[in-house]
Amino acid sequence: MDWQAIRLSLKLAALTTVALLCLGLPLAHWLAYSRRPWKFLVEAVVALPLVLPPTVLGFYLLVAMGPHSPFGRLYEAVCGRMLPFSFQGLLLASVLYSLPFAVQPMAASFSAVERKYLEASHCLGASPFKTFRQVVLPLSWAGVATGAILSFAHTLGEFGVVLMVGGNIPGETRMVSIAIYDQVQALEYGAAARTALFLLGVSFTVLVFTSWLRRRKGAWLLN
Amino acid sequence: MFLRPLLRSLFCLFLALPLAARGPGRHVQVAAAADLKWALEDLKQAFARTRPDLQIRVTFGSSGQFYAQLTQRAPFDLFLSADLDYARRLADQGLGRPGSLFKYGVGRLVLWVPAGSPLNLALGLAALNDPAVKHVAMANPTHAPYGRAAQAALDHAGLRAGLQSRLVLGENVGQAAQFVQTGAAEAGLLALSLAMAPEMRKRGQYWTVPQGFHPPLVQGGLVLGWAQDPEAAQAFKSFLLSPQGVGILRRFGFEPAS
Repeated sequence: MDWQAIRLSLKLAALTTVALLCLGLPLAHWLAYSRRPWKFLVEAVVALPLVLPPTVLGFYLLVAMGPHSPFGRLYEAVCGRMLPFSFQGLLLASVLYSLPFAVQPMAASFSAVERKYLEASHCLGASPFKTFRQVVLPLSWAGVATGAILSFAHTLGEFGVVLMVGGNIPGETRMVSIAIYDQVQALEYGAAARTALFLLGVSFTVLVFTSWLRRRKGAWLLN
Repeated sequence: MFLRPLLRSLFCLFLALPLAARGPGRHVQVAAAADLKWALEDLKQAFARTRPDLQIRVTFGSSGQFYAQLTQRAPFDLFLSADLDYARRLADQGLGRPGSLFKYGVGRLVLWVPAGSPLNLALGLAALNDPAVKHVAMANPTHAPYGRAAQAALDHAGLRAGLQSRLVLGENVGQAAQFVQTGAAEAGLLALSLAMAPEMRKRGQYWTVPQGFHPPLVQGGLVLGWAQDPEAAQAFKSFLLSPQGVGILRRFGFEPAS
């Protein structure tokens, strides 16, 4: 079993989830409450990774991060290294790729919060940020948790994007899905099955834990 | 999350089934290694002139992937592998038609750099010592034949230890080519058949790695035991081995197999 790849995948999934919480919460909030006429455009862009084949997304990212693109050159000038074939590059790619999995459940649960609570909070003089923290977030806890868990699980099993921009460098960009694929290609079916079983176990545990937590938490909130 | 890929593959399966089942006329379903991409276009056209009654349908992929699918009896008639070994293993398991294992060419490895690269190709593989080289793309040596050849060539030149941290691995040699073409890697160890393809020829230059640097890349094929139309598959196989077929393969970077 390729422990290095497993550790690396878990690290990538955890960091992607943190990044998506930082980025996704404000974005979901904006999508849920904004009245801009062009909001639907942003919604469509956020949902794009659901539709685009991961290999296509990965190829575009490879080109966009490469030395022929202004963004790639800027990054190299500032950070002194290139984004493709690096862990940072994969992190950026994973955040974009898992964006809808984080933002959509969050935005849906924010929209489901009854307007009267928000209005009451506003009338009592709470700032929008305080309203978000003390009213919206506790009421939409399940949606935020779902978004975070889906981002984690989705990143853990990510394959196409990693294949396209990663370059399969051990300890840097060789994720567990790639390691399994390599083992299958090298006809090491036994090793592949063991690693896959481990991944299955981790994913299943995470999902079971979330369901259980959500139920408990939900019951606690209702009481 | 689990449903989406499942539904997608089921959908593809439903689309593919009727196509595979009732195509008009006689045809040969070929599973071909990615390095044959351009050569097979010409081979198909030339074959169509001698046998207009037979249609050649090609699926490109990695040889290892096809091997795994063929052990599960994927509905192909002819397998053209980038590595004789995969075809031989299928034959050893009794999955091919008896006596149908054949060699159709020998692939060559090249060092490829994009047009305008500062690297001096006259130095051969030693050009990779240039500090401008931050990434060298090659196919994955654990399963891709060209990856194994690239690794052997780097070992032979004594460059592997120095380059190890700068090697980026493509799933197959085609993906390695993509890494160099997009500029993400500065040089690549690719197949001659790719370097000679029209799309690549314009965009860069190459140096052919000498034969002795790596074990020969003998390309092998097999007519599968469950071929729908064995006579048609056999006809295309014979065409590949005919002087005309060998000539076309040679033009695309495959030397005749001894």
